[in-house]
Amino acid sequence: MNAIFEGIGASVRRKEDLRFISGRGHYTDDMNRTGQLHCILKRSDRPHAIIRSIDTSAAKAAPGVVAVFTHADLDADGVGGVPCGWQIHSKDGSPMVEPAHPVLATGRVRHVGDPIVAVIAETRQQAKDAAELLVIDFEDLPAVAHIADAIAPGAPLVHDAAPGNTCFDWHIGDKAMVDAAFERAAHRVKLDLTNNRLVPNAMEPRCAIGDYDPMSGDFTLITTSQNPHVIRLLMGAFVLHIPEHRLRVVAPDVGGGFGSKIYHYAEEAIVTWAAGKLHRPVKWTSDRTEAFMSDAHGRDHASTAEMALDAEGNFLALRVSTVANLGAYLSTFAPAVPTYLSATLLAGVYRTPAIYAEVRAIFTNTVPIDAYRGAGRPESTFLLERLLDTIAHDTGIDRIELRRRNFIPADAFPYQTPVALQYDSGDYQSTLNAALKAADWDGFPARKAEANSRGKLRGIGVSTYVEACGIAPSKLVGALGARAALYEVAQIRVHPTGSVSVFTGTHSHGQGHETTFAQLVASQLGIPYENVDIVHGDTNKIPFGMGTYGSRSLAVGGSAMVKAMDKIILKGRKIAAHLLEAAVEDVVFENGQFTVAGTDRSKSFGEIALTAYVPHNYPIEELEPGLEETAFYDPANFTFPGGCHICEVEIDPETGVTTVVNFTAVDDVGRVINPMIVEGQIQGGVAQGIGQALLENAVYDQQGQLVSASFMDYTMPRADDLPNISVGTETTLCTHNPLGVKGCGEVGAIGSPPSVINAVVDALSDYGVRHLDMPATAHKIWSIINASGMKMAAE
Amino acid sequence: MPNVTLTVNGKSHTVEVEGRTLLVELLREKLGLTGTHVGCDTSQCGACVVHIDGNSVKSCTTLALQADGTTVTTIEGLAAADGTLHPMQEAFREHHALQCGFCTPGMVMSAIDLVQKNPQGLSEADIRHGLEGNLCRCTGYHNIVKAVSAAWHTMHGKELVAAE
Ligand code: FES
Ligand code: FES
Repeated sequence: MNAIFEGIGASVRRKEDLRFISGRGHYTDDMNRTGQLHCILKRSDRPHAIIRSIDTSAAKAAPGVVAVFTHADLDADGVGGVPCGWQIHSKDGSPMVEPAHPVLATGRVRHVGDPIVAVIAETRQQAKDAAELLVIDFEDLPAVAHIADAIAPGAPLVHDAAPGNTCFDWHIGDKAMVDAAFERAAHRVKLDLTNNRLVPNAMEPRCAIGDYDPMSGDFTLITTSQNPHVIRLLMGAFVLHIPEHRLRVVAPDVGGGFGSKIYHYAEEAIVTWAAGKLHRPVKWTSDRTEAFMSDAHGRDHASTAEMALDAEGNFLALRVSTVANLGAYLSTFAPAVPTYLSATLLAGVYRTPAIYAEVRAIFTNTVPIDAYRGAGRPESTFLLERLLDTIAHDTGIDRIELRRRNFIPADAFPYQTPVALQYDSGDYQSTLNAALKAADWDGFPARKAEANSRGKLRGIGVSTYVEACGIAPSKLVGALGARAALYEVAQIRVHPTGSVSVFTGTHSHGQGHETTFAQLVASQLGIPYENVDIVHGDTNKIPFGMGTYGSRSLAVGGSAMVKAMDKIILKGRKIAAHLLEAAVEDVVFENGQFTVAGTDRSKSFGEIALTAYVPHNYPIEELEPGLEETAFYDPANFTFPGGCHICEVEIDPETGVTTVVNFTAVDDVGRVINPMIVEGQIQGGVAQGIGQALLENAVYDQQGQLVSASFMDYTMPRADDLPNISVGTETTLCTHNPLGVKGCGEVGAIGSPPSVINAVVDALSDYGVRHLDMPATAHKIWSIINASGMKMAAE
Repeated sequence: MPNVTLTVNGKSHTVEVEGRTLLVELLREKLGLTGTHVGCDTSQCGACVVHIDGNSVKSCTTLALQADGTTVTTIEGLAAADGTLHPMQEAFREHHALQCGFCTPGMVMSAIDLVQKNPQGLSEADIRHGLEGNLCRCTGYHNIVKAVSAAWHTMHGKELVAAE
């Protein structure tokens, strides 16, 4: 094995933990600046209304109030709207409808939570009190919150510019080929299903502090972001028109993101702009209720899926039609989620020769929807894996056998799917085999009989999946509509005595980058792990990087580090060659030593670093002093982690409560640097997947009120809702990045939901249940059991 | 405005507060103890848990005035003066029971109370039930349960057999 990978694979305990377990983390809301003011946003409590007038006079006169701003103040300063970062074209070639997304509502509010007025005061309490004194005169308009209502003929329009509430009507695949395959199919199986709307709910609510230095003209924004450079670009260039060298964006310790902290939000622009106006720092901290109605939500798709099969159960063609709810405005990456992040994965792990998918994206009077852990891949995975079990149900073919029969075989890689993606590697039989064994699939009938004897229903469900992450090749995504690139950057600064600072454009908000990246760099440079520090989250310190989402940090950011280290090592070899009076080609670098091959003459990494900074005996004519290199890495392809999740549930027929009794995940995430961290990422993802399947649901009533806007109403998975989560890995290497890594941040949330619902449907098979939409709540299950009037066989 | 006098992490403070000031606001804003977090506004998440006179309490649901005359311990007050970590802190680190760290202070404070009040033993189900008032969005709780179980053994001087 190459020296680069030595030391990799150890469950090193995390560097970042010491500050977090002792209460010394630095989250945005922990910071305060001298002279800081507090901003409270008055938000709409109406789903859809015309703003007739806003009377700010009483609020302005309230104690401690420094300023009250509305859209008129922003307009007067030429502040732009919140931009969208991805453009989709409809079937007919026309660009998506892209309505204005004002920072503060202008003329109309379009969802509960739409910000209208910013009240800024000396204290948060004073700002809150003053906001109560605002008088806003609304004229209510009819609203639509649900997909079915929004696409109904004559539905009220969220934006006048979007007839039928349609943002775009897109498709992918070969329709004629699919139609022909359906004509000759022996079996056709059809399933209607929804993917429930979720609220990401990172435990740290969003927070933003804007600051302005009138002497230099410099703006600073400290914000709870997964990608400070993206925020600087979007806010600086499109909203506030601040040149980048005058704008610093800092994302310090961030308490979880799961996608919800990717996007540029209005509040960031408001505090930054207000700081410039008032020449004082301005802080806004979301409370949880606000988070429910202003953080981008996830999912909310309604689909019809149809598979055509031959008589032996081989897949011939897949046809999918989806309506995706995008909410009231386009969030940063929203258009990409149901299209290029979802429909392109409809091949799944199967060699379906023809696929055609249509996606109609619509506006509703709800919080904008964007990527949430998995972003599009959980939706396509749920659709496929539910369809698989439904095919098994309808045709009588065993569900494991059906999967095996249609798997892309391990020797078929690279595998070109009919929906654009080319998978580089994988072995789906091996992850399935390992999971079946770990979950003791064959022992299930005995466990079921035992559960039945206790009066409980028991079911087992499987999901075999692949996802596309490590985003993304810039040229490719540019052709697909991305308005940004998706490479990553790393800068490696070797200090004179041989310790190393690594500057990365990725951002850690729980993933443990300070540890994994330090392991990677230490092992490649052959230096102690303690001598490596990872720096991220500050646009004034790091080169322009794209941040963390789409399980990209190691696959793209780590690969950039490898590239930068290659440059360091090459330069080190040149310095060593000079010191050792050898040819560069003869100097090899191994275990932290530059050695003349075949001799015992060598220089340590530290000696070379010192020589680079004290170049007394140095090839100064050919080589610059110093030892610091930057590399940008643009991936050649997505990465394709995959695997198998098996869920076993018990249902109490008296109450309808489902208990997950066993959960087994066997995932192929490519090479693993820190198994402990990978396991933790997968367990966390699975917990969110079980939450989606059984508990979580963002509910709007018919009028557009968000009725699940607190932890009392939105069911978050708690410790006693979840089982132990057994995680195993089977490895095939990514073939196109230097580390062979695939990414592990999202697989848990992608693979698990269908395994849970497949288990629930299996448990309810005696009740004639063919499909159940998420979340499979106790009430839903109890109603089915109760309506059937059937008694347990055991009774 | 009224005063409250309380001892926090061994130091006595007298602080002027409004009647509506919450204990968590006093800790974070007046005393600069930002290790105690706020994750919700409905007393559901437990990010704000501290100990008042040895009992775990949600400081977002406690008025500062109610803490008058009490002894409060926050996450910052757990480690010994020489920096030696509390066994629960050690266990969280050892078992990877935290990711983003935001729930961690409240989780650790709740877990210590749970372990202290249950010297007779804690099953996995007891731990899961006992931590039901603390939300973690990152870990899936699996490793938190392992850490609390391990810390129970250290704190009660028992040897840990078969950690799984
Ligand atoms: S902050 Fe959520 S319970 Fe106290
Ligand atoms: S570690 Fe992030 S919420 Fe628990």
